[in-house]
Amino acid sequence: MFELLGIAPQALFGQLLLGLINGSFYAILSLGLAVIFGMLNVINFAHGALYMIGAFVAWMLLQYLGIGYWASLILSPIIVGLLGALIERTLLRRLYHLDHLYGLLLTFGLALIFEGLFRREFGSSGQPYTIPDLLTGGKNLGFMFLPIYRGWVIVASLIVCLATWFVIERTKLGSYLRAATENPTLVSAFGINVPRMILLTYAFGVGLAAFAGVLAAPIYQVSPLMGSNLIIVVFAVVVIGGMGSIIGSVVTGFGLGIIEGLTKVFYPEASTTVIFLVMAIVLLIRPAGLFGRTR
Amino acid sequence: MMQTRNLAILVALLALAILAPFVVYPVFLMKALCFAIFACAFNLLIGYVGLLSFGHAAYFGGSAYIAAHVAKVWGWPIELAILSGVAVAAILGLMFGALAIRRQGIYFAMVTLALAQMVFFLAVQAKFTGGEDGIQAVPRKVLFGFIDISNEFTFYYVVLVIFLAAFALIYRIVHSPFGQVLKAIRENEPRTISLGYRVNHYKLLAFVLSASLAGLAGSTKVFVTQLASLTDVQWQMSGEVVLMTLVGGLGTLFGPVVGAFVVITMQNYLSGFGEWVLVIQGVIFVIVVLSFRRGIVGEIAAWWKARRNGAP
Amino acid sequence: MKLKYGLAGFAGMVLAAGAANAQISDNVIKIGVLNDQSGLYADITGQGSVLAARMAAEDVGKIGNTTVEIVFADHQNKPDVGSTVVRQWIDQDKVDAIADVPTSSVALAVQQITKEKKRLFLMSGPASSDLTGKACSPYGFHFAYDTYMLAIGTGTALTKSGGDTWFFLTADYAFGHALERDAGEAVKAAGGKVVGAVRHPLNTSDFSSFLLQAQNSKAKIIGLANAGGDTINSIKQAAEFGIVAGGQRLAGLLVFVTDVHALGLKTAQGLVVTESFYWDMNDETRKFSKRFFDKHGKQPSMVQAGVYSGVAHYLKAVKAAGTDDPDKVAAEMRKTPVNDFFTKNAAIRADGRIMRDAYLWQVKAPAESKGAWDYYKLVATIPAEQAARPLKDGGCDLVK
Repeated sequence: MFELLGIAPQALFGQLLLGLINGSFYAILSLGLAVIFGMLNVINFAHGALYMIGAFVAWMLLQYLGIGYWASLILSPIIVGLLGALIERTLLRRLYHLDHLYGLLLTFGLALIFEGLFRREFGSSGQPYTIPDLLTGGKNLGFMFLPIYRGWVIVASLIVCLATWFVIERTKLGSYLRAATENPTLVSAFGINVPRMILLTYAFGVGLAAFAGVLAAPIYQVSPLMGSNLIIVVFAVVVIGGMGSIIGSVVTGFGLGIIEGLTKVFYPEASTTVIFLVMAIVLLIRPAGLFGRTR
Repeated sequence: MMQTRNLAILVALLALAILAPFVVYPVFLMKALCFAIFACAFNLLIGYVGLLSFGHAAYFGGSAYIAAHVAKVWGWPIELAILSGVAVAAILGLMFGALAIRRQGIYFAMVTLALAQMVFFLAVQAKFTGGEDGIQAVPRKVLFGFIDISNEFTFYYVVLVIFLAAFALIYRIVHSPFGQVLKAIRENEPRTISLGYRVNHYKLLAFVLSASLAGLAGSTKVFVTQLASLTDVQWQMSGEVVLMTLVGGLGTLFGPVVGAFVVITMQNYLSGFGEWVLVIQGVIFVIVVLSFRRGIVGEIAAWWKARRNGAP
Repeated sequence: MKLKYGLAGFAGMVLAAGAANAQISDNVIKIGVLNDQSGLYADITGQGSVLAARMAAEDVGKIGNTTVEIVFADHQNKPDVGSTVVRQWIDQDKVDAIADVPTSSVALAVQQITKEKKRLFLMSGPASSDLTGKACSPYGFHFAYDTYMLAIGTGTALTKSGGDTWFFLTADYAFGHALERDAGEAVKAAGGKVVGAVRHPLNTSDFSSFLLQAQNSKAKIIGLANAGGDTINSIKQAAEFGIVAGGQRLAGLLVFVTDVHALGLKTAQGLVVTESFYWDMNDETRKFSKRFFDKHGKQPSMVQAGVYSGVAHYLKAVKAAGTDDPDKVAAEMRKTPVNDFFTKNAAIRADGRIMRDAYLWQVKAPAESKGAWDYYKLVATIPAEQAARPLKDGGCDLVK
């Protein structure tokens, strides 16, 4: 067994860094989920499946069209975003006047369909996707060996999270968005096309999921089931951060990555459970999550 | 008027239930009945109090493990095993309920999910649960010391009696003054408070009742399939019971029963479709959410009502 | 309500009529292939196992004037679903034998039912060695592999070839613990040392933290006591973190050729695995695998080959005994050694274990591979007597 006190400080530092990297994925995914929830009031259970599709699109682009990683990083979110737009326009739109339970169930059904189709087509053990040449290899940081690609994951996710925050909090488009979340009727009275904004928001949110999928493709096996275990964790991240809070989801994403990383050292068996423990405690102390407002 | 119609339906269903094992495979029926109890228990919360629990697997699976353990390792008779399963579920329900009812809506759902994940973790870690192998070969011999229940055909009627008792209990709860207060809470909680009801007491009691009935379902199921496993405590199980209730009809008495039968039938009979199982399930859920939102029973009831009102 | 089983899944094989054979009940021999068709183990088992069973039925040929029918179902890795399907198969659909059944929890449930209802159980999917130990049955036969074989094969051979310090990456589940325990004992018996272990929850996606711990342990061998997606991800990330490049070796305790195919040689090269079957062993296996590949598009896995082995041996026994009476067929199966395209004269032990050789393979480097599916080179052959747990240690009550 791993000895509790036997861990050297530099090894701990390595684990913290790894936690931060994992947190990057949680941050991007929960960000998308939070944006969608804030705007549409829909808990997008298909988020994990769309993340998986994002990774698969990258794989297919490479396999069938010879399009590499860098182009996929942009193309895949666009393609998945279009798929999202189609879902929003044809299915989700019918449910806005209802309890969010129905949105959750619809997207849950969609997740099953997507996972089933990809499993049938590509098998359960998944497909390999190699790290782009530019980012192969690693650096010895003294306290640990850090693959360059993992470093890139942190950078990329920070950029995306900051950009999203900037767009929503600091631009005109973002201000419309926030206003439409608060009071759609009033905003549409000002002549803003609210349904189109909702459409764009959903497409953007699932595009983020696809982006995370492409980022994950070289690290994890591109497999049909890769999103199904993640969704419930990301879901917890959003709730802990405060449903619909942008900052909350990003900070919580990174924070939980670190907590999970530490648990992997001290009590590895509990590393998936710790997030739920945190969730229970947070919700009992702060009813609306860390950054949420009580409605 | 309403009463006689319900009574007629009840009698017809009862006759159907008694004759069913002659036509349909009894093990399948028993399993469906157990899940029907489970779905009814869940519906008590969501349908009549408006609380969406996303952690009911904890009570179902937790009691399943307890019942399996006391029956197999300690050699307790089946009736005591089921009772101890229910007792444990009730205690869990009391503990978790006390924490969870302080929150509303989606946060309530998340607290129940988080707590249920703790139970799952315990089930993985604890020695007596047997890890992913579960507790297998749970004995099923005699009931009350003289009824031979090793035969599936006989045991079906035992399960049917348990189901009917649970169903009658739920019927009583829903139609009692207590049930009326629950419905009042669902419709308008602040108003109910202002009328002088201690809303939290009512919610907690409903939660404990729901958890205990879920426990009854879990521990009865142990003796049907003669095993308890991690599938019973996984969060997917909590999701499944939501689906059953929704497919059948939220807040209707018979809805969860119908929903449980539909979902279990799908699980069993779709297994021959192999690779397509996931896709077919997904399509069905999407269709239900888009077109049959009131659930099967809810839709039928609405249709019936519309027809009656339409007739001169 | 009375739906017929496997509407879509009927693959009846009508064999030409011969002389009347009153010994076989209702003139139909039905074999039910129960496995994972939609989840984690669908590639290793799934439809490929159904195909293997059909091929076996085809090869054994006609048995009197009976029809051999292969039905299948997806147990979704849930013991409840699996046990209900099997009960229904036996009680209503008159299925004579159950084949495959990956995931030990489902297999243990099926073993209990087949024991109680006296039907043959031809296991090849499940790993747990308990199936021929504490949970053995007079009707249960374990055809392809078990945890003991995997642990001994990889553990002993690697330790003897110099890999004498081990660190385990273990799935925090019963099968992971069993693999770790058995492999650890094998390592110690061969003169090696276990320097540490870390247990991760099932379905972890990121292994970097655990790999870092393994790296810091300085053990020569990192044993992966996990399965499926967990193994694939840990191997993939071990390559990323330069574990193999840094001089440590990976030993997959439960790796299938389909996993290697999914990973690609670039990532999987150097990995050491134990399997009792590989498609490219000799002319016979190549011939079979070509037939299989033409229909399935993938080479057979060890489990799928095991399904063939089991179904063929069962049908031959029915033919020889001239009856489908479970007790007589089981006796006939025990009496005759197993012989097929990859099994040569393998005896069946009292506890139901098929005594076959196991092989230690190393995954080739991309440069060594001549093309698709050319993945393994043979490192060592582990004779059956070593690959199977000693009869007396299993705790099977059929052993006197």
